[in-house]
Amino acid sequence: MPEGLIAIADALPYLLQGSVVTVIVVFGAMGLGLILGVPLAVGQVYGRPALRRAIGVYVWFFRGIPLLVLLFLFYFGLCTALDVNLSAFTVAIIVLGLISSAYQSQIFRGAILSLPEGQLKAARALGMSDFKAISFIVLPQALRLAIPGWSNEYSIILKDSAVTYALGVAEIMARAHFVATRTYQQLPLYFTAGVIFLILTWMGTRGLRVLEEKVRIPGYSQHGA
Amino acid sequence: MEEWLYIQNEVYPALLKGFWVSLALIVPSAIFGLVIGIIVGVLRVYGNRPVMAAANAFVVLFRGIPLVVQLFIWYFGLPYIKIYLAPFVAAVLGFSLCSGAYHSEYVRGALMSIRRGQMLAAQSLGFSKVKMIFSIILPQAIRRALPGCGNEIIYLIKYSSLAYMITCVELTGEGKILASNSFKYTEIFLIIGACYLAMTSVASLLLSRVEDRLRLPGFEHQRI
Repeated sequence: MPEGLIAIADALPYLLQGSVVTVIVVFGAMGLGLILGVPLAVGQVYGRPALRRAIGVYVWFFRGIPLLVLLFLFYFGLCTALDVNLSAFTVAIIVLGLISSAYQSQIFRGAILSLPEGQLKAARALGMSDFKAISFIVLPQALRLAIPGWSNEYSIILKDSAVTYALGVAEIMARAHFVATRTYQQLPLYFTAGVIFLILTWMGTRGLRVLEEKVRIPGYSQHGA
Repeated sequence: MEEWLYIQNEVYPALLKGFWVSLALIVPSAIFGLVIGIIVGVLRVYGNRPVMAAANAFVVLFRGIPLVVQLFIWYFGLPYIKIYLAPFVAAVLGFSLCSGAYHSEYVRGALMSIRRGQMLAAQSLGFSKVKMIFSIILPQAIRRALPGCGNEIIYLIKYSSLAYMITCVELTGEGKILASNSFKYTEIFLIIGACYLAMTSVASLLLSRVEDRLRLPGFEHQRI
Protein backbone atom coordinates (compact mmCIF):
# COMPACT_ATOMS: atom_id res chain seq x y z
CA MET A 1 0.00 0.00 0.00
CA PRO A 2 2.22 2.81 -1.23
CA GLU A 3 -0.75 5.19 -1.18
CA GLY A 4 -1.10 4.50 2.52
CA LEU A 5 2.55 5.30 3.12
CA ILE A 6 2.27 8.53 1.13
CA ALA A 7 -0.80 9.50 3.16
CA ILE A 8 1.07 8.82 6.39
CA ALA A 9 4.08 10.86 5.26
CA ASP A 10 1.85 13.75 4.22
CA ALA A 11 -0.17 13.71 7.42
CA LEU A 12 2.65 13.13 9.87
CA PRO A 13 3.57 16.78 10.59
CA TYR A 14 -0.12 17.59 11.05
CA LEU A 15 -0.58 14.64 13.42
CA LEU A 16 2.54 15.57 15.38
CA GLN A 17 1.14 19.07 15.90
CA GLY A 18 -1.87 17.26 17.35
CA SER A 19 0.40 15.41 19.74
CA VAL A 20 1.46 18.80 21.13
CA VAL A 21 -2.22 19.50 21.87
CA THR A 22 -2.57 16.05 23.45
CA VAL A 23 0.49 16.59 25.63
CA ILE A 24 -0.79 20.00 26.81
CA VAL A 25 -4.20 18.49 27.67
CA VAL A 26 -2.58 15.61 29.55
CA PHE A 27 -0.16 17.84 31.46
CA GLY A 28 -2.90 20.31 32.31
CA ALA A 29 -5.20 17.54 33.51
CA MET A 30 -2.50 15.84 35.56
CA GLY A 31 -1.50 19.16 37.10
CA LEU A 32 -5.08 19.97 38.03
CA GLY A 33 -5.53 16.42 39.32
CA LEU A 34 -2.41 16.83 41.47
CA ILE A 35 -3.46 20.20 42.90
CA LEU A 36 -6.92 18.86 43.82
CA GLY A 37 -5.88 15.28 44.56
CA VAL A 38 -3.38 16.01 47.34
CA PRO A 39 -5.81 17.98 49.56
CA LEU A 40 -8.53 15.40 48.83
CA ALA A 41 -6.25 12.59 49.95
CA VAL A 42 -5.14 14.46 53.09
CA GLY A 43 -8.78 15.24 53.87
CA GLN A 44 -9.81 11.65 53.39
CA VAL A 45 -7.09 10.34 55.69
CA TYR A 46 -7.02 13.01 58.41
CA GLY A 47 -10.33 14.84 58.02
CA ARG A 48 -13.47 14.76 60.16
CA PRO A 49 -16.02 12.03 59.34
CA ALA A 50 -18.30 14.48 57.49
CA LEU A 51 -15.43 15.70 55.30
CA ARG A 52 -14.33 12.14 54.63
CA ARG A 53 -17.82 11.19 53.54
CA ALA A 54 -18.07 14.22 51.25
CA ILE A 55 -14.77 13.36 49.61
CA GLY A 56 -15.94 9.76 49.28
CA VAL A 57 -19.00 10.95 47.35
CA TYR A 58 -16.83 13.16 45.11
CA VAL A 59 -14.54 10.25 44.30
CA TRP A 60 -17.49 7.89 43.72
CA PHE A 61 -19.07 10.42 41.35
CA PHE A 62 -16.03 11.10 39.20
CA ARG A 63 -14.90 7.48 39.12
CA GLY A 64 -18.32 6.05 38.36
CA ILE A 65 -19.37 8.14 35.36
CA PRO A 66 -17.82 7.66 31.93
CA LEU A 67 -15.52 10.39 30.64
CA LEU A 68 -17.63 10.89 27.52
CA VAL A 69 -20.78 11.56 29.58
CA LEU A 70 -18.93 14.03 31.82
CA LEU A 71 -17.48 15.81 28.79
CA PHE A 72 -20.97 16.22 27.30
CA LEU A 73 -22.42 17.24 30.67
CA PHE A 74 -19.82 19.96 31.22
CA TYR A 75 -19.43 21.21 27.67
CA PHE A 76 -22.97 21.16 26.34
CA GLY A 77 -24.80 21.21 29.67
CA LEU A 78 -23.19 23.13 32.48
CA CYS A 79 -21.32 25.65 30.31
CA THR A 80 -24.60 26.70 28.71
CA ALA A 81 -26.65 26.50 31.89
CA LEU A 82 -24.18 28.66 33.83
CA ASP A 83 -23.61 30.87 30.81
CA VAL A 84 -19.83 30.54 30.81
CA ASN A 85 -18.08 30.43 27.49
CA LEU A 86 -15.26 27.90 27.63
CA SER A 87 -13.48 26.35 24.68
CA ALA A 88 -13.63 22.60 24.15
CA PHE A 89 -9.91 22.53 24.91
CA THR A 90 -10.42 24.13 28.34
CA VAL A 91 -13.38 21.89 29.19
CA ALA A 92 -11.33 18.83 28.20
CA ILE A 93 -8.56 19.83 30.63
CA ILE A 94 -11.04 20.59 33.43
CA VAL A 95 -13.04 17.36 33.08
CA LEU A 96 -9.97 15.14 32.68
CA GLY A 97 -8.42 16.98 35.64
CA LEU A 98 -11.45 16.46 37.89
CA ILE A 99 -11.63 12.75 37.03
CA SER A 100 -7.90 12.43 37.56
CA SER A 101 -8.12 14.22 40.91
CA ALA A 102 -10.51 11.48 42.10
CA TYR A 103 -8.12 8.74 40.97
CA GLN A 104 -5.00 10.56 42.14
CA SER A 105 -6.51 11.14 45.58
CA GLN A 106 -6.75 7.37 45.95
CA ILE A 107 -3.12 6.94 44.86
CA PHE A 108 -1.97 9.52 47.42
CA ARG A 109 -4.25 8.10 50.10
CA GLY A 110 -2.62 4.69 49.65
CA ALA A 111 0.82 6.29 49.81
CA ILE A 112 -0.01 8.24 52.98
CA LEU A 113 -1.46 5.15 54.66
CA SER A 114 1.60 3.12 53.80
CA LEU A 115 3.84 5.42 55.86
CA PRO A 116 4.59 4.22 59.37
CA GLU A 117 2.34 5.96 61.87
CA GLY A 118 5.31 6.84 64.07
CA GLN A 119 6.33 9.56 61.61
CA LEU A 120 3.31 11.69 62.45
CA LYS A 121 3.60 10.97 66.17
CA ALA A 122 7.27 11.96 66.15
CA ALA A 123 6.46 15.21 64.36
CA ARG A 124 3.79 16.01 66.94
CA ALA A 125 6.19 15.17 69.75
CA LEU A 126 8.58 17.73 68.28
CA GLY A 127 5.83 20.34 68.60
CA MET A 128 4.84 20.59 64.94
CA SER A 129 1.28 21.59 64.15
CA ASP A 130 -0.77 19.02 62.22
CA PHE A 131 -0.56 21.19 59.10
CA LYS A 132 3.20 21.45 59.37
CA ALA A 133 3.62 17.76 60.13
CA ILE A 134 1.54 16.75 57.12
CA SER A 135 3.18 19.16 54.70
CA PHE A 136 6.80 18.73 55.83
CA ILE A 137 6.94 15.15 57.11
CA VAL A 138 4.13 13.08 55.58
CA LEU A 139 3.67 14.51 52.09
CA PRO A 140 7.34 14.64 50.99
CA GLN A 141 7.57 10.92 51.68
CA ALA A 142 4.10 10.01 50.40
CA LEU A 143 4.50 11.86 47.10
CA ARG A 144 7.68 9.95 46.37
CA LEU A 145 5.91 6.67 47.06
CA ALA A 146 3.09 7.72 44.75
CA ILE A 147 5.22 8.08 41.62
CA PRO A 148 4.67 4.52 40.29
CA GLY A 149 0.91 4.96 40.68
CA TRP A 150 1.25 8.33 39.03
CA SER A 151 2.92 6.82 36.01
CA ASN A 152 -0.05 4.44 35.62
CA GLU A 153 -2.38 7.40 35.88
CA TYR A 154 -0.40 9.20 33.18
CA SER A 155 -0.84 6.38 30.70
CA ILE A 156 -4.57 6.20 31.48
CA ILE A 157 -5.12 9.94 31.01
CA LEU A 158 -3.04 9.96 27.86
CA LYS A 159 -5.31 7.33 26.35
CA ASP A 160 -8.46 8.95 27.70
CA SER A 161 -7.43 12.25 26.12
CA ALA A 162 -8.28 10.68 22.75
CA VAL A 163 -11.95 10.78 23.82
CA THR A 164 -11.87 14.59 23.88
CA TYR A 165 -12.05 14.32 20.11
CA ALA A 166 -15.83 14.01 20.71
CA LEU A 167 -15.87 17.71 21.65
CA GLY A 168 -13.72 18.65 18.68
CA VAL A 169 -10.42 19.21 20.46
CA ALA A 170 -7.81 19.11 17.69
CA GLU A 171 -5.67 16.37 19.25
CA ILE A 172 -4.07 13.40 17.51
CA MET A 173 -7.23 11.35 17.06
CA ALA A 174 -9.32 14.23 15.74
CA ARG A 175 -6.66 15.08 13.20
CA ALA A 176 -6.22 11.45 12.13
CA HIS A 177 -9.97 11.17 11.59
CA PHE A 178 -10.06 14.45 9.70
CA VAL A 179 -7.29 13.42 7.30
CA ALA A 180 -8.71 9.90 6.98
CA THR A 181 -12.15 11.05 5.86
CA ARG A 182 -10.52 13.26 3.23
CA THR A 183 -7.97 10.81 1.84
CA TYR A 184 -9.83 7.50 2.47
CA GLN A 185 -6.63 6.03 3.95
CA GLN A 186 -8.34 5.17 7.23
CA LEU A 187 -6.38 2.11 8.33
CA PRO A 188 -2.85 3.54 7.85
CA LEU A 189 -3.76 6.85 9.48
CA TYR A 190 -5.49 5.40 12.57
CA PHE A 191 -2.62 3.00 12.95
CA THR A 192 -0.18 5.93 12.86
CA ALA A 193 -2.24 7.69 15.52
CA GLY A 194 -2.04 4.53 17.64
CA VAL A 195 1.74 4.37 17.23
CA ILE A 196 2.11 8.02 18.27
CA PHE A 197 0.13 7.23 21.44
CA LEU A 198 2.34 4.19 22.11
CA ILE A 199 5.45 6.36 21.80
CA LEU A 200 4.00 9.04 24.09
CA THR A 201 3.09 6.41 26.70
CA TRP A 202 6.57 4.96 26.56
CA MET A 203 8.26 8.37 26.82
CA GLY A 204 6.09 9.43 29.76
CA THR A 205 6.54 6.29 31.84
CA ARG A 206 10.28 6.44 31.07
CA GLY A 207 10.45 10.05 32.21
CA LEU A 208 8.61 9.28 35.44
CA ARG A 209 10.96 6.40 36.20
CA VAL A 210 13.90 8.81 35.80
CA LEU A 211 12.10 11.26 38.12
CA GLU A 212 11.60 8.50 40.67
CA GLU A 213 15.35 7.81 40.67
CA LYS A 214 16.16 11.53 40.84
CA VAL A 215 14.04 12.32 43.88
CA ARG A 216 14.88 9.16 45.80
CA ILE A 217 16.33 9.89 49.23
CA PRO A 218 19.21 7.53 49.96
CA GLY A 219 18.30 5.20 52.79
CA TYR A 220 14.58 5.87 52.46
CA SER A 221 13.87 3.55 49.55
CA GLN A 222 12.23 0.90 51.76
CA HIS A 223 9.69 3.22 53.45
CA GLY A 224 12.17 3.55 56.34
CA ALA A 225 9.78 1.78 58.70
CA MET B 1 -46.06 19.13 34.49
CA GLU B 2 -44.90 19.51 30.92
CA GLU B 3 -41.41 18.57 32.02
CA TRP B 4 -42.71 15.46 33.68
CA LEU B 5 -44.65 14.39 30.59
CA TYR B 6 -41.52 14.91 28.52
CA ILE B 7 -39.52 12.69 30.82
CA GLN B 8 -42.26 10.05 30.93
CA ASN B 9 -43.00 9.95 27.21
CA GLU B 10 -39.64 10.58 25.60
CA VAL B 11 -36.70 10.37 27.96
CA TYR B 12 -37.66 7.19 29.78
CA PRO B 13 -38.37 4.94 26.76
CA ALA B 14 -35.33 6.18 24.86
CA LEU B 15 -32.97 5.71 27.78
CA LEU B 16 -34.44 2.29 28.55
CA LYS B 17 -33.76 1.25 24.97
CA GLY B 18 -30.24 2.64 25.25
CA PHE B 19 -29.71 0.87 28.54
CA TRP B 20 -30.51 -2.52 26.98
CA VAL B 21 -28.11 -1.82 24.11
CA SER B 22 -25.42 -0.87 26.63
CA LEU B 23 -26.06 -4.06 28.55
CA ALA B 24 -25.95 -6.06 25.32
CA LEU B 25 -22.53 -4.49 24.68
CA ILE B 26 -21.15 -4.93 28.19
CA VAL B 27 -22.13 -8.51 29.04
CA PRO B 28 -20.68 -10.29 25.99
CA SER B 29 -17.61 -8.02 26.01
CA ALA B 30 -16.98 -8.83 29.67
CA ILE B 31 -17.28 -12.58 29.04
CA PHE B 32 -15.16 -12.60 25.86
CA GLY B 33 -12.66 -10.27 27.53
CA LEU B 34 -12.27 -12.61 30.51
CA VAL B 35 -11.84 -15.64 28.25
CA ILE B 36 -9.25 -13.82 26.13
CA GLY B 37 -7.54 -12.57 29.27
CA ILE B 38 -7.27 -16.04 30.80
CA ILE B 39 -5.96 -17.60 27.58
CA VAL B 40 -3.44 -14.81 26.93
CA GLY B 41 -2.42 -14.76 30.60
CA VAL B 42 -1.74 -18.52 30.57
CA LEU B 43 0.20 -18.24 27.31
CA ARG B 44 2.32 -15.42 28.72
CA VAL B 45 3.35 -17.51 31.70
CA TYR B 46 3.46 -21.07 30.35
CA GLY B 47 3.84 -20.61 26.60
CA ASN B 48 7.08 -21.35 24.75
CA ARG B 49 9.24 -18.47 23.59
CA PRO B 50 7.52 -17.41 20.32
CA VAL B 51 4.03 -17.81 21.85
CA MET B 52 5.07 -15.78 24.87
CA ALA B 53 6.53 -13.05 22.66
CA ALA B 54 3.36 -12.92 20.55
CA ALA B 55 1.14 -12.75 23.63
CA ASN B 56 3.29 -9.97 25.11
CA ALA B 57 3.15 -8.01 21.86
CA PHE B 58 -0.64 -8.36 21.87
CA VAL B 59 -0.81 -6.91 25.36
CA VAL B 60 1.57 -4.02 24.62
CA LEU B 61 -0.44 -3.05 21.52
CA PHE B 62 -3.90 -3.33 23.03
CA ARG B 63 -3.02 -1.69 26.32
CA GLY B 64 -0.93 1.03 24.71
CA ILE B 65 -3.29 2.23 22.00
CA PRO B 66 -6.30 4.23 23.22
CA LEU B 67 -9.59 2.36 23.03
CA VAL B 68 -11.08 5.07 20.81
CA VAL B 69 -8.32 4.54 18.26
CA GLN B 70 -8.87 0.77 18.42
CA LEU B 71 -12.61 1.19 17.87
CA PHE B 72 -11.96 3.51 14.92
CA ILE B 73 -9.56 0.96 13.43
CA TRP B 74 -12.20 -1.80 13.68
CA TYR B 75 -15.08 0.26 12.41
CA PHE B 76 -13.64 2.89 10.04
CA GLY B 77 -10.29 1.25 9.31
CA LEU B 78 -11.19 -2.33 8.37
CA PRO B 79 -13.30 -1.35 5.33
CA TYR B 80 -9.94 -0.25 3.87
CA ILE B 81 -9.09 -3.95 3.49
CA LYS B 82 -12.68 -4.81 2.49
CA ILE B 83 -13.89 -6.05 5.85
CA TYR B 84 -17.15 -4.45 6.92
CA LEU B 85 -18.31 -4.76 10.52
CA ALA B 86 -21.61 -3.54 11.98
CA PRO B 87 -21.09 -0.85 14.65
CA PHE B 88 -22.30 -3.22 17.37
CA VAL B 89 -19.95 -6.03 16.29
CA ALA B 90 -17.01 -3.63 15.97
CA ALA B 91 -17.72 -2.30 19.48
CA VAL B 92 -17.92 -5.76 21.08
CA LEU B 93 -14.76 -6.82 19.24
CA GLY B 94 -12.89 -3.70 20.36
CA PHE B 95 -14.05 -3.93 23.99
CA SER B 96 -13.30 -7.67 24.24
CA LEU B 97 -9.78 -7.43 22.84
CA CYS B 98 -8.86 -4.35 24.87
CA SER B 99 -10.21 -5.60 28.17
CA GLY B 100 -8.77 -9.06 27.42
CA ALA B 101 -5.33 -7.46 27.29
CA TYR B 102 -5.89 -5.83 30.69
CA HIS B 103 -7.37 -9.01 32.23
CA SER B 104 -4.32 -10.96 31.08
CA GLU B 105 -2.13 -8.73 33.25
CA TYR B 106 -4.09 -9.64 36.38
CA VAL B 107 -4.23 -13.32 35.39
CA ARG B 108 -0.49 -13.35 34.75
CA GLY B 109 0.24 -11.78 38.13
CA ALA B 110 -2.05 -14.27 39.86
CA LEU B 111 -0.52 -17.25 38.04
CA MET B 112 2.95 -16.18 39.07
CA SER B 113 1.86 -15.77 42.68
CA ILE B 114 0.82 -19.43 43.00
CA ARG B 115 3.43 -21.32 44.95
CA ARG B 116 5.83 -23.50 42.98
CA GLY B 117 5.11 -26.40 45.30
CA GLN B 118 1.62 -26.70 43.83
CA MET B 119 3.11 -27.28 40.42
CA LEU B 120 5.70 -29.77 41.69
CA ALA B 121 3.02 -31.69 43.59
CA ALA B 122 0.83 -31.89 40.47
CA GLN B 123 3.79 -33.07 38.42
CA SER B 124 4.68 -35.73 40.96
CA LEU B 125 1.10 -36.99 40.81
CA GLY B 126 1.53 -37.46 37.06
CA PHE B 127 -0.59 -34.54 35.81
CA SER B 128 0.09 -33.44 32.26
CA LYS B 129 1.04 -29.78 31.86
CA VAL B 130 -2.35 -28.80 30.46
CA LYS B 131 -4.22 -30.69 33.16
CA MET B 132 -2.03 -29.19 35.86
CA ILE B 133 -2.67 -25.67 34.62
CA PHE B 134 -6.42 -26.09 34.25
CA SER B 135 -7.25 -28.14 37.33
CA ILE B 136 -4.64 -27.03 39.87
CA ILE B 137 -3.15 -23.64 39.06
CA LEU B 138 -5.94 -21.73 37.31
CA PRO B 139 -8.71 -22.38 39.87
CA GLN B 140 -6.49 -20.79 42.52
CA ALA B 141 -5.11 -18.06 40.29
CA ILE B 142 -8.51 -16.91 39.04
CA ARG B 143 -9.65 -16.34 42.61
CA ARG B 144 -6.61 -14.14 43.20
CA ALA B 145 -7.07 -12.28 39.92
CA LEU B 146 -10.72 -11.58 40.67
CA PRO B 147 -10.37 -8.18 42.40
CA GLY B 148 -8.29 -6.81 39.52
CA CYS B 149 -10.53 -8.34 36.86
CA GLY B 150 -13.55 -6.91 38.67
CA ASN B 151 -12.06 -3.42 38.41
CA GLU B 152 -11.50 -4.02 34.74
CA ILE B 153 -15.18 -4.94 34.29
CA ILE B 154 -16.16 -1.67 35.99
CA TYR B 155 -13.90 0.16 33.55
CA LEU B 156 -15.58 -1.72 30.73
CA ILE B 157 -18.99 -0.47 31.86
CA LYS B 158 -17.75 3.10 31.64
CA TYR B 159 -15.86 2.63 28.40
CA SER B 160 -18.94 1.09 26.77
CA SER B 161 -20.04 4.72 26.28
CA LEU B 162 -17.36 5.04 23.60
CA ALA B 163 -19.46 2.82 21.32
CA TYR B 164 -21.41 5.97 20.60
CA MET B 165 -18.37 7.35 18.79
CA ILE B 166 -18.55 4.56 16.20
CA THR B 167 -22.28 5.16 15.70
CA CYS B 168 -23.53 2.33 17.90
CA VAL B 169 -26.36 4.12 19.69
CA GLU B 170 -26.42 2.96 23.31
CA LEU B 171 -27.22 4.81 26.53
CA THR B 172 -24.92 7.76 25.88
CA GLY B 173 -25.93 7.92 22.22
CA GLU B 174 -29.65 7.93 23.03
CA GLY B 175 -28.96 10.68 25.55
CA LYS B 176 -27.03 12.75 23.02
CA ILE B 177 -29.88 12.48 20.52
CA LEU B 178 -32.49 13.44 23.14
CA ALA B 179 -30.41 16.34 24.39
CA SER B 180 -29.70 17.65 20.90
CA ASN B 181 -33.43 17.73 20.19
CA SER B 182 -34.56 19.32 23.45
CA PHE B 183 -31.43 21.30 24.44
CA LYS B 184 -31.83 19.92 27.97
CA TYR B 185 -28.20 18.83 28.07
CA THR B 186 -27.62 19.27 31.80
CA GLU B 187 -30.69 17.34 32.93
CA ILE B 188 -30.31 14.50 30.47
CA PHE B 189 -26.60 13.97 31.00
CA LEU B 190 -27.12 14.07 34.76
CA ILE B 191 -29.72 11.31 34.39
CA ILE B 192 -27.35 9.33 32.20
CA GLY B 193 -24.53 9.85 34.66
CA ALA B 194 -26.82 8.50 37.38
CA CYS B 195 -27.56 5.42 35.24
CA TYR B 196 -23.84 4.72 34.87
CA LEU B 197 -23.25 5.33 38.57
CA ALA B 198 -26.01 2.82 39.33
CA MET B 199 -24.52 0.30 36.91
CA THR B 200 -20.99 0.61 38.27
CA SER B 201 -22.19 0.49 41.88
CA VAL B 202 -24.37 -2.58 41.30
CA ALA B 203 -21.54 -4.26 39.39
CA SER B 204 -19.02 -3.69 42.16
CA LEU B 205 -21.51 -5.04 44.70
CA LEU B 206 -22.14 -8.15 42.57
CA LEU B 207 -18.42 -8.64 42.03
CA SER B 208 -17.67 -8.57 45.74
CA ARG B 209 -20.52 -11.10 46.21
CA VAL B 210 -18.92 -13.36 43.62
CA GLU B 211 -15.57 -12.97 45.34
CA ASP B 212 -17.12 -14.02 48.67
CA ARG B 213 -18.97 -16.93 47.10
CA LEU B 214 -15.82 -18.27 45.42
CA ARG B 215 -13.64 -17.95 48.49
CA LEU B 216 -12.18 -21.26 49.58
CA PRO B 217 -11.94 -21.68 53.34
CA GLY B 218 -8.33 -22.06 54.37
CA PHE B 219 -6.97 -20.61 51.14
CA GLU B 220 -7.32 -16.94 52.07
CA HIS B 221 -3.88 -16.14 53.43
CA GLN B 222 -1.57 -18.36 51.51
CA ARG B 223 1.31 -16.18 50.56
CA ILE B 224 4.78 -17.53 49.72
